[in-house]
Amino acid sequence: MDANEVPQEGNATLGGHRKAMYARGADGRIGIVPSSGWEAEEIVTLQAVEDLDRLAADARKRARAGSTSPLEYHMYKARMDLTLLSQISGIWAWRVRRHLRPDIFARLRPALLARYAEALGISVDQLKRVD
Amino acid sequence: MQDTPNTFSHQHASHCESGVMSAIVRHYGLPLSEPMALGLSSAVSFAYLPFIKLGGLPLVAYRMPPRAIIRGLQKPLGIRMRTETFRSTARGEARLNSLLDEGKVVGLQTSVFWLPYFPGDMRFHFNAHNVLAYGRDSASGEYLLSDPVFEEPMRCAPADLARARFARGVLAPKGLLYYPETRPSEPDWGKAVPAAIRKTVRIMLRAPIPLIGIRGMERVARAVERLPASGDLQKSKLFVGHLVRMQEEIGTGGGGFRYMYASFLEEAASLAARPALTELAGELVEIGDGWREFALATARMIRDRDPFDPARLAALLRQQAAREKTFFGSLDRAIQ
Repeated sequence: MDANEVPQEGNATLGGHRKAMYARGADGRIGIVPSSGWEAEEIVTLQAVEDLDRLAADARKRARAGSTSPLEYHMYKARMDLTLLSQISGIWAWRVRRHLRPDIFARLRPALLARYAEALGISVDQLKRVD
Repeated sequence: MQDTPNTFSHQHASHCESGVMSAIVRHYGLPLSEPMALGLSSAVSFAYLPFIKLGGLPLVAYRMPPRAIIRGLQKPLGIRMRTETFRSTARGEARLNSLLDEGKVVGLQTSVFWLPYFPGDMRFHFNAHNVLAYGRDSASGEYLLSDPVFEEPMRCAPADLARARFARGVLAPKGLLYYPETRPSEPDWGKAVPAAIRKTVRIMLRAPIPLIGIRGMERVARAVERLPASGDLQKSKLFVGHLVRMQEEIGTGGGGFRYMYASFLEEAASLAARPALTELAGELVEIGDGWREFALATARMIRDRDPFDPARLAALLRQQAAREKTFFGSLDRAIQ
C-alpha cells in the first residue's frame, strides 16, 4: 500500500481517533501514516457491536415480559456472553444459566447479586432493574 | 540501573505490544522503531486456535502470543525485562505507584473494555492490550498513560486502571507489569537480524502443529469453506467478520502486521547489510494488500453488497497462504 492509498474514509467506531498504518511513502520507504479509518473495518466492528446490541435488546424485551431475568440483559449490555460472565464472576456456567430464570434470580442471596454486580461494573440496584 | 529523568515522549504506533516495547527501549537510550521491535522479537506469525473461544468465536491471531515481544527483545538487545503479576489489586497498584515514584516507565497489560478513554464501539473484552505508564498527576492521582495506538498520551483514574489491569477471563492480565532492569545495547545486526528471521520462518513454515503458520491459514480456509452459504447466515457472517476484526482492529492488525514486518525487512536490509531483504519487503507489502482485499471482500458480503460466498473467501485465504509460503521460502534462502 502506498501512503496515498491509506484509507481516510472515516470510521465512526474510532471515535475521532486516528490509527497508525504502515505504508510506502513518496521517498520509497515504508513508514507510519495516520489513517482516519476504513469502511471495511467499520463494517466488521459494527457487525460485532450490533450483534451484541441485538442480543441485549432482545433480552430486555423478554426481561420486561418476565420470561428471563434482568441478569441476561445486563450480561449482553456489558458485552459479555454466558462463558465470559461465568469466568469474570467466578460462578459456574450452569449456575449462571440457572440464574437467568426470573423466579430463581428473584430469590438470589445479596452476596451473589453483589458478585454479579461487581463483575458487570454496575450497582446491585441497577442489576435488579431493566431500564 | 540509574533511571532517566522524566523526559518521556509519546509516539503513535500501530500495535500495542510492539509500540510499548519500542517506547521503553527508546526511553532507556536505544533508538528502536516499532517494526524493529516486532521483527527482532520474531513476533509475526499466524495461529488458528478453534478450542479457545472469544465471545463464542475461535481465537485467530496474526502474531505470536502476548508477551512474545517483551520476552523476545531481551536476547538481541541484551536487556533484562522484569515482569510481575499480582494476586491482589491493592498490591498491584502499590507496586505500580512505587515504580513510578522511582521514575521508571512501566508497561502494563490491560483489558480494553475497562479503559474509559477507548471509544465505546471499540470496547470489547479483549484482555491483552498493552499500555505504558510514565507518571502520575500528583493532584488528581490520575495515571499518565502512553497508549501506543492513540495519537496523544492519555489519562486514567486509578479505579479504572485497576479494573482494567485485573480483568478476568481469557488472557487475564493478573495485573502484569514489566520494566527493564538493565539498559538495552545495540546488537550486532549482522547476527541478530538473521537469527530473528530464521525463527519466524521456522514458525511460519515448519511449526509442528497444523494450526500454526501457513498450515493454520489453510485450516482456516477449510473452516470458511464449510460455512453454510444459504439459510440463516448470521453465524457464518459473524465468523468471517471475526477473522477480519482480528486482522484489522487496534491491538492486533493482520494486513497491518505484514506491512510492519515489511518495514522491518527494509530497515534490517541496511542495518545487516543484506540488500536482498529490500526486495522481499516489497513482496510482503503486496501480501499485506492481499489481506486487505480479503477484508474488503468479506465486509462487502457482510453488508450484502455482494452475495455471501464462502468458497470465494476460502479461495482468497488459500491464495494468501500460498503467497506467504513462497515468501517465507524466499526469506529463508535470503538469510542462508
